[in-house]
Amino acid sequence: MTQAGKVVLVTGVSRDLGRRFARNLADDPAVANVIGVDVIPPEGDLGAVSFVRADLRNPVVAKLLVRERVDTVVHMSVVATPGGMGSRASMKEANVIGTMQLLGACQRAPDVQRVVVKSTTTVYGASHRDPAMFTEEMGPKRMPRSGYSRDALEIEGYVRGFARRRPDVHVAMLRAANVIGPGVDSPIAQYFRLPVVPTVLGYDPRLQFLHEADLMGALRHAVLTDASGTFNLAGDGVLLLSQAIRRLGRAGLPVPSFALSAVGSAIRGVGRSEFATELVHFLTYGRGVDTTRLHEEFGYRPRYSTEEAFCDFARSVDMPPGVPGLAVAEPALASLERALTRSAVPTSAPTAAPTGGELDG
Amino acid sequence: MDDADIIPIGTHGAAGRGTGRNPSKAARDLLGGGRRRPPAPRSPEDADVRPLKVPDPEEVPVVPDAPILAAPEGPGAAPETTGGGSKRPGIPLTEIVEALTHAAMEVFGDDWERKLAHFIAFLRRRITGEFEVDDYGFDPELTERLLMTAARPLAEKWFRVEVRGVENIPKTGGALIVSNHSGTVPVDALMTMFQVHERTGRHLRPLGADLVFRLPFVSTVARRGGVTLACQEDAERMLNGGELVGVWPEGFKGIGKPFSERYKLQRFGRGGFVGAALRTSVPIIPVSVVGAEEIYPLVGNVPALARLLGLPYVPITPFFPLLGPLGLVPLPSKWIIEFGEPIHTEAYDASAAEDPLTVFEVTDRVRETIQQTLYQLLMRRRSIFG
Repeated sequence: MTQAGKVVLVTGVSRDLGRRFARNLADDPAVANVIGVDVIPPEGDLGAVSFVRADLRNPVVAKLLVRERVDTVVHMSVVATPGGMGSRASMKEANVIGTMQLLGACQRAPDVQRVVVKSTTTVYGASHRDPAMFTEEMGPKRMPRSGYSRDALEIEGYVRGFARRRPDVHVAMLRAANVIGPGVDSPIAQYFRLPVVPTVLGYDPRLQFLHEADLMGALRHAVLTDASGTFNLAGDGVLLLSQAIRRLGRAGLPVPSFALSAVGSAIRGVGRSEFATELVHFLTYGRGVDTTRLHEEFGYRPRYSTEEAFCDFARSVDMPPGVPGLAVAEPALASLERALTRSAVPTSAPTAAPTGGELDG
Repeated sequence: MDDADIIPIGTHGAAGRGTGRNPSKAARDLLGGGRRRPPAPRSPEDADVRPLKVPDPEEVPVVPDAPILAAPEGPGAAPETTGGGSKRPGIPLTEIVEALTHAAMEVFGDDWERKLAHFIAFLRRRITGEFEVDDYGFDPELTERLLMTAARPLAEKWFRVEVRGVENIPKTGGALIVSNHSGTVPVDALMTMFQVHERTGRHLRPLGADLVFRLPFVSTVARRGGVTLACQEDAERMLNGGELVGVWPEGFKGIGKPFSERYKLQRFGRGGFVGAALRTSVPIIPVSVVGAEEIYPLVGNVPALARLLGLPYVPITPFFPLLGPLGLVPLPSKWIIEFGEPIHTEAYDASAAEDPLTVFEVTDRVRETIQQTLYQLLMRRRSIFG
């Protein structure tokens, strides 16, 4: 604490969000040094961040924490898709074992004072028995057996264990809703970029989004304050899937839930992976999380509501390749409405005038 | 001009193609007579009348009475051809316009232009997705415009619902409305929602079983209509939010009971609703509904099929499935809905909700009140259809 500024280690900087977060953090006056760690070198500009190419499962990270006197660790490398890593098995290995090793290293490092973990609201699952809004104490109604949500659930368990073993460290776990924004390339963003958006027939789930800027803002807030605990992180309000698709001006294609994944990958083209199970559940039952604790205890209020975040994303989606939905009828209706209101004005004016006269009298 | 040139629908109310001066063959055929050359020139009067007529072709889908009248006109014929209307065989366009205007006035009243504009604005919000839903997925606009509008004739004309004790519904703040449940299909919940909205302007937010949210379509309609899951978290969240929450504690045991057991309250479960009311200190309003038992008299059940479909019961009524879809028409029984005196819970302290005896005591009180009121109302009602 006597240091000139914080020394922050950020994992997962090869992904776009991680890289941008690390770079922005490095520009902060309160931060002396930012070290980015990942297996794959980042594609974009890292700015003032010093990059260390290392696997989290490698003891090099533990040495790095001690040698660089790192006081804050931001763990962002829990990922939903295997991406460049290859198979699902290696993704789970990197997610779960990587986190275990990182936390083990943190436990040994005397200088670490703060650990910030980016988790996900996927840990709550999605089922028909869900309450409308999940608060932080609640768990999933249906335990995920595999996939990203299972990884996240296991990782959260390790983080809680770490928090118990090192009570002197501030551990903040942020359960982020689906992050969306012009620069995001997540499964859900890819889903909404499909030319025709397949939906589950008969269901209209409630969705919550978090703007990428708010994810950065909240993580930065966690780094710069001593907040600890678990916090849901989502934009205010909810958006129905049907609303979201209409905001995009796209056509929805309702299909039975068992066919959603197949139809989705057929639209995306050959060779793309299918929808993950948790995405299908999410698109069937939806999910809402309560953010009271985020506002009141953590002290961060997302700048974008769910709706604003999605609209910002929608503006970035290229329209031409998509199949237009009902929106084609919108201009015609708009002109019709204008015509009607215009022709209605003369008829309503005489009725308005006498009331005005009475008021004067 | 060949036949393949079909005029697209939705062309900003303008004629579909070309200069707009010469109507297409399709449009001429629609107008009847099969004339080769349409009398195109427009007179100045027609130009004056035009702005009024512009909306008419587009009006077709929203005016229920209109399609038959509008058919000969079609979108392609559009106002541009008005000039020749009266000279041509078939229905003159001016008369069609007049008929459409009348139809619009019939549906929307004298103020039809403004009301139609409102309706179109509503449609546009639907199309662009620019409507609001709350955290539970409740869509007040759609509920008022569709659900409540659909419930009105059912309540007023079909079941002739008599409502008593409206003054017992609080004007503001959270309250828990507890009602008996019957009728095979939860029409009683819809009727109670309608009456509460009609008489107080407040929306009753029902708590539904998890089955509701598992079923496709049903779950969508339910969320839009303000239903949320009957669990402690949601109930307390809504009551703390100052909502009027409706609960039917008998659940499927009540709604799917045989006709022979009509008006006998089933067990009220563990009294979870009372716990929620005690914890949030809101009044409990017992509601008794008479008449719903007779709409679909349940005389049989197909348990094997029900298990197969994952439903609590598959009903057999005297008319369903015997008469097919016709058997789905509810019998027009006479309904009485009575909102009873509120049972106040402020007197209980916070720990009361954790005390099973207190919870059972209050649950019993609510149940007894509803049962007694049901008997009294049955005595009042002259006959099932009276």
